[in-house]
Amino acid sequence: MKRFTKNTLTYAVSITAAMTAASAFSATQITVATVNNGHMIEMQKLTPEFEKANPDIKVKWVTLEEGVLRQNVTQDIANKSGLYDVMTIGMYEAPIWGERGWLQAVDTSGSYDVKDILPSIRGGLSYKGTMYAAPFYGESSMVMYRKDLVKAAGMEIHDRDSWEHIRDVAAAVNNPEKGIYGICLRGKAGWGDNMAFMTAMANSFGARWFDENWKPQLETAEWKNAVNFYVDLLNKYGPPGASSNSFNENLALFNEGKCGMWIDATIAASFVTDPKQSKVADKVGFAQSPYAVTEKGANWLWSWALGIPAATKNADAAQKFVRWATSKEYIKLVGEKNGWAAVPTGTRASTYANPKFQKAAVFADAELKAINSADPNDSTLKPSPYVGVQFAAIPEFQAIGTTTGQMISGALSGSMTVDQALKSANTSADRQMRQAGYY
Amino acid sequence: MTLNQQRKLKTILTGLFAWTVALVLFFPIFWMFITSFKTELQAISVPPSLFFEPTLDNFRIVQERSDYIHHAWNSVVTSFGSTIIALVIAIPAAYSMAFFPGKRTKDILLWMLSTKMLPAVGVLVPIYILCRDYGLLDSKTALVIIFTLMNLPIIVWMLFSYFKDLPKEILEAARMDGATPWDEVVKVVLPLSVGAISSTALLSIVLCWNEAFWSLNLTASDAAPLTAMIASYSSPEGLFWAKLSAASTLACAPIVIFGWFCQKQLVQGLTFGAVK
Repeated sequence: MKRFTKNTLTYAVSITAAMTAASAFSATQITVATVNNGHMIEMQKLTPEFEKANPDIKVKWVTLEEGVLRQNVTQDIANKSGLYDVMTIGMYEAPIWGERGWLQAVDTSGSYDVKDILPSIRGGLSYKGTMYAAPFYGESSMVMYRKDLVKAAGMEIHDRDSWEHIRDVAAAVNNPEKGIYGICLRGKAGWGDNMAFMTAMANSFGARWFDENWKPQLETAEWKNAVNFYVDLLNKYGPPGASSNSFNENLALFNEGKCGMWIDATIAASFVTDPKQSKVADKVGFAQSPYAVTEKGANWLWSWALGIPAATKNADAAQKFVRWATSKEYIKLVGEKNGWAAVPTGTRASTYANPKFQKAAVFADAELKAINSADPNDSTLKPSPYVGVQFAAIPEFQAIGTTTGQMISGALSGSMTVDQALKSANTSADRQMRQAGYY
Repeated sequence: MTLNQQRKLKTILTGLFAWTVALVLFFPIFWMFITSFKTELQAISVPPSLFFEPTLDNFRIVQERSDYIHHAWNSVVTSFGSTIIALVIAIPAAYSMAFFPGKRTKDILLWMLSTKMLPAVGVLVPIYILCRDYGLLDSKTALVIIFTLMNLPIIVWMLFSYFKDLPKEILEAARMDGATPWDEVVKVVLPLSVGAISSTALLSIVLCWNEAFWSLNLTASDAAPLTAMIASYSSPEGLFWAKLSAASTLACAPIVIFGWFCQKQLVQGLTFGAVK
């Protein structure tokens, strides 16, 4: 009996010890889906720091092309597959998915300092005051221009110039014989491509996507004025084949010294001022986006953010990771490791208050001003029922925006007139809104 | 011009035409290859630079960022695994249809081929949900099953075309000697069809290796093959062409080398219908 008890005790102790050891070493694995943007790649490189601080969590990365990421995470979240524990989403998805209960609210308690997050960014990622995705980096749009070319043409660019003035500068700088084009703008069709720019521009012309009853407004005089101005400007002073250009194509043109001006995402500022990427790094100036009749919605607002699907089985680990990657401490870590010009911007007030960042990033003031001036809840001159500056945060917008983008891209390339393009786009939008039961 | 000269001229012209077609087809691969040795700025420069100081930086970045061996292994397992399973199913199917055709054999063959006409995206949601319910998302098993089903019609068709041209008398002679259907397939049909089976297998492997739609939709990290790795280098905000080219070069390399070694079988197999 004594021997039996002794053996039993030994086995019990051994099993308990083995189980304890196993649980100590069996780390929770979380899968993070993201896009191949520079800041995300840096985050991947710095993940060992997070794992060191949280030895019970292992992070696995899945990097996807933007369109594939959208499709995959939508599939994953809508089907509750639980394939991803953290997903990179945008300001468009966060409130819609939050409302549907597809995302967990971000844990903003304790030392996270949620009030440090720029109010416009925080608002854009929230639904009814609850933040459903934590901003990793944020952006607005602004004018980036070649100081040398503008000066040589005897012109000046200021914050919030009128669109007419921008056209005059484009005309003065334009020199196709030397391979320099007055202005580079997005022309490639897509709700996140040409329509991001076009919507912000149309906002400043007093346009809106929908009236208070959700009726599409694409055939109004405001839209016609804005699109006519855009088509005329780009056809006269833009690069050839502008209807296929989006962010990357224009970035390449600008960095090659072929654009006098480029109006696009503020994140581009860090690329065009980087001598490793840009031939004109020391010649770039920044100004707030131009406007026509109103400054409301003249510059867009976007954020790449980290969201946690409701179906995740590793919610605690995912929350820890999201808090780490979007914290002040993470920004400090990047600043110290890679230099302050390389930190993810557009999220926290403390970043812009940091003298080291101010010194390293010549675009800091312009970027902050642009982000702070964008209000997704009040982006149109006439009242509108939707949230979002360069998009309407409703599920139907992706399709409507892309169809409209295709029409406007067609008008730019000359395959149809602006009136025809807007009429077709409005008819299509009207059909979709009707089918979706808005009226 | 003498007849001899005419023949020579014809040979030269045919050769020139063949070279032109080959160069046009090869050019994108050549461009991808040289772009992988450029910097991002050189990769987007207009006019494009042909002479530049080559750099291996892009390959270093790809090696650092992506687990190439992991992705390559997934590609090998899914391509070879699905091809073997498909052959195991297709050989008996093609044998029975070629040597014992029924009333509906042609209809069945056409129906099988017609499944290739359905756009893959049409069945994405049901297949995704099936994979989710059976716990097959992000697993090599799911890809092997899909790839097998995807290539089965082509494999059956190719083998059927070859088998039906085999002289039936050989099989009859084997039967006279007491061969069972199993013996007929293993000891007579297979040894006579090594070339056709190799080229069919090669084609199937290449198709699986290059498959991106299902790989991107059904995998995340564990089972992601090389096509998923390439896709991860496209960036919405930032220059990526040189790095993408390096990733593509690394992804293409194994199958190009494999194809190079097997080109004799591939050409022989792809032209077997024409020769007969």
